[in-house]
Amino acid sequence: MADLTPLLRVADLRTYFYDGDAVARAVDGVSFEIRRGETVGIVGESGSGKSVTALSLLRLIRPPGQIEPGSRIEFEGQDLLSLDADAIRAIRGQRIAMIFQEPMSALNPVLTVGDQVAEVVRVHTKLSRKEAWERAVEMLALTGIPAARERATQYPHQLSGGMRQRVMIAMALVMHPALVIADEPTTALDVTIQAQILELLHDLQEKLGMSILLITHDLGVVAEMAERVIVMYGGEVVEEASVGELFADARHPYTQGLMRAMPQLGAPHERLLTIPGVVPAPTAWPSGCRFRDRCEYAWDRCAQEHPPLYQIGTAHVSRCHLEDEPARRLTRTTPLAARTGQGTA
Amino acid sequence: MTMPLLSVQNLTKTFPIQTGLFGRPSSVVRAVDRVSLTLERAETLGVVGESGCGKTTLGRCILRLIEPTEGTILFDGVDVSTLGRLELRTLRRKMQIVFQDPFSSLNPRMTVGAAVKEGILIHQIAEGAAADRRVQSLFEEVGLNPAYVSRYPHEFSGGQRQRIGIARALSVEPTFIVCDEAVSALDVSVQAQVINLLQDLQRERGLTYLFIAHDLSVVEHIADRVAVMYLGKIVELGPAEAVYRDPIMPYTQALLSAVPIPDPTARRTRIVLQGDPPSPADPPPGCVFFSRCQHPAKDAACTQTVPPLEEKTPDHFAACIKQPSTLR
Repeated sequence: MADLTPLLRVADLRTYFYDGDAVARAVDGVSFEIRRGETVGIVGESGSGKSVTALSLLRLIRPPGQIEPGSRIEFEGQDLLSLDADAIRAIRGQRIAMIFQEPMSALNPVLTVGDQVAEVVRVHTKLSRKEAWERAVEMLALTGIPAARERATQYPHQLSGGMRQRVMIAMALVMHPALVIADEPTTALDVTIQAQILELLHDLQEKLGMSILLITHDLGVVAEMAERVIVMYGGEVVEEASVGELFADARHPYTQGLMRAMPQLGAPHERLLTIPGVVPAPTAWPSGCRFRDRCEYAWDRCAQEHPPLYQIGTAHVSRCHLEDEPARRLTRTTPLAARTGQGTA
Repeated sequence: MTMPLLSVQNLTKTFPIQTGLFGRPSSVVRAVDRVSLTLERAETLGVVGESGCGKTTLGRCILRLIEPTEGTILFDGVDVSTLGRLELRTLRRKMQIVFQDPFSSLNPRMTVGAAVKEGILIHQIAEGAAADRRVQSLFEEVGLNPAYVSRYPHEFSGGQRQRIGIARALSVEPTFIVCDEAVSALDVSVQAQVINLLQDLQRERGLTYLFIAHDLSVVEHIADRVAVMYLGKIVELGPAEAVYRDPIMPYTQALLSAVPIPDPTARRTRIVLQGDPPSPADPPPGCVFFSRCQHPAKDAACTQTVPPLEEKTPDHFAACIKQPSTLR
């Protein structure tokens, strides 16, 4: 069972990218917590800020990007943003690890996969080369790689996509981190391999007890894996709820739109409902609500007043003025982006 | 019954993989292995399968963008497989393709209007001001502002580029379009817009689609019939509803059960396939799915002969010698 003290606490995280006079506010005031042993999903489309959020947690933002002053990331009681380069390096890979989407570009093509897993051990411990190798083989076996001892001596190109993703997972978990950030871990994989990898992450979480921050655009993956879901749009959290509540009672018009736009197995073949327009550029978020141009409920208040996260239940929030004026749900209009025909995706 | 628009018989494509002494191919990969299918006018046939199953090669062989090794392709009564260059070019007016990544198929230095106009000029459908008017009306038809014709590809979002790719395919007034992962790279909200567009265009113009995709939910939504491919072969083929509701092949059953369902309360049996598909360079004898098959009755007989694609229930074909075992 999840312990109730948060493992990670992110408060008002803002990560901006500077290009001349333009400022891309990719992540703009994001706050959330992850408890021990918990799986939290961040859902959003391209440009929502979900991946930049993940990179910010590991302090992997390079110029012209920076984490703005006033942002806070607390992990195991430590303030990650005040740590020096050595201290943060000690945390990366050891206490917080990351699994990327594309194992082929994240793995070194000229090192055997065993060496790559062993290297993580060598960086973070004083174990000998041989001991590190043994740890690597053990971990590879734990990720379900058959004949792990022989496989460890192979190079990434000799493995299938699913096997490479297992190697990535072994690298991430070999130090038994408290938090694993998985950024679209199965997006590049076929659906039957995806099922294997998701099952593996589940099993390993049960054995090792780590927390998982799962970043994905796939609502199906989130429904199967996460306990809590954060929906991002325009660099902000627009809705957060337990997975059950989110799928049963999505409140934000963007979350509702996403769920309706997705073709589902076994669903009647009706015309798909769409969200008109496209995600605005991070250099020019609209004033007030960032979703208002695409929203069928938008009214003048939405342009003038940036909506706060309204509390709905004990653990459900939505960044939409509809929570303050629920009667407005009865009046729908054609969203601006559809009316002007502008920015049709 | 009228003649189908497209009829493919025993289509095979092999690629040499190793060049031995004197540049001889020492072995071959059968990327597409004796595939037969038909497509009726205004129908959508979905082709699903995992990477390496041959679905993309199949689509390209039908258009002869890749030369098939063997087999015949009858399109509107014409044998495409034997056409010469010139005749093929004329026929291409009728057969078009929309790719997954429209950006890489657009010339970055050509305005998108010019890219759409190219086909109109080459095929002498219109010229001068009439060609320009045609481009503008195509832009409107695919939901793009006609004022955008003078812009360049990098100025557009992924969804807009896909609309440009569709306008370009439509410019020569085809009757048949191969959609090769045409909506796979798009975000959910944008993907729905493009799926609706493809369906509207089909209704308005009576288009026939070969819709190749790895996303099973998208294919169920758009296809009338579905072909499931595994290791170069069609292993199941039938009306979409039958294939999705009562899949016969153990592979199709596993594939469908692996799709994550966006409903946390959903309860179902998941078949997690073990291992990876075998190498197409060295396919196992008999049934290609044998190594990963979960059918309770699978036995040595499965490895004896290649199971033929047989009609198990009306219009529903499967390549399995065993009695269908249901999951649910």
